Amino acid sequence: MTLAPGTEVHVKFDWPEARGPAHIRTPHYLRGKTGTVVRHLGDFANPEDLAFARPAVILPLYHVRFDARTLWPDAVTADEILVELYGSWLEPK
Amino acid sequence: MTLIETDGERLLLAVRSLLAQKGIVTPEEIAERARLTSEASPAQGARMVARAWVDPAYRKLMLDDGTRAAEAVGIPMRGLLPLGVLENTAEVHNLVVCTLCSCYPRQVLGFPPFWFKSAAYRARSVRDPRGLIAEWGTVLPAETRIQVVDSTADYRWMVLPLRPAGTENWDEARLAAIVRDGDMIGITVPNA
Repeated sequence: MTLAPGTEVHVKFDWPEARGPAHIRTPHYLRGKTGTVVRHLGDFANPEDLAFARPAVILPLYHVRFDARTLWPDAVTADEILVELYGSWLEPK
Repeated sequence: MTLIETDGERLLLAVRSLLAQKGIVTPEEIAERARLTSEASPAQGARMVARAWVDPAYRKLMLDDGTRAAEAVGIPMRGLLPLGVLENTAEVHNLVVCTLCSCYPRQVLGFPPFWFKSAAYRARSVRDPRGLIAEWGTVLPAETRIQVVDSTADYRWMVLPLRPAGTENWDEARLAAIVRDGDMIGITVPNA
């Protein structure tokens, strides 16, 4: 099921790099944070598998928007961060 | 050992001849791709921006599908990652970064400026975008939101800047000449 624009999503608080070699496209500053799906950008082979030449599952890729004030304790303005995240990292709230 | 006799150069030669022997790509295709890579420059993206400023149908195409818009002005995109274009408006100013590494829309902007890959740019762009762009002399109205586009995955992103005031009667070529790479990353804005 594809997440609809406007869906609130929680980025998994997960650290695969602590368990061994890993290739991760989810920036650490977003893990455990909550954002909003802006749109589905398409479906792509999981780079976490491609990086190790493993068979790669096809994952939905989303543009997800975060309010800077929910990321940084010192953020003062309502700026936003727009990031591409794979569906495997997102949990609808 | 000279520069053209390094191990890396010999390895490259071996891989290129294997690709040709196995029929995966022809030497002509490799030469063509090398030529396209060296021809890529901010002037390509600037042509797209100028066209979008004068042609509303092209602007719509560019925002819907950057890859098709690039191809429509003769920029070859075959085999490359999809290009996304984000539009600056009075409400939103976009700033592109790749905090993980160095993703950059090379097919339309060429090689990235040296600072694009720096740890300082990558860290500060997401943490203090307004302070960062002010150091380039870019001061936005307080009511303009900054949207930092962290380019992490399978797209490459460029910014369609606002057309500066005072350029109303300019033709496309003259408009393209004022658009710099920083304007299409969002660190600066074009000036007439």
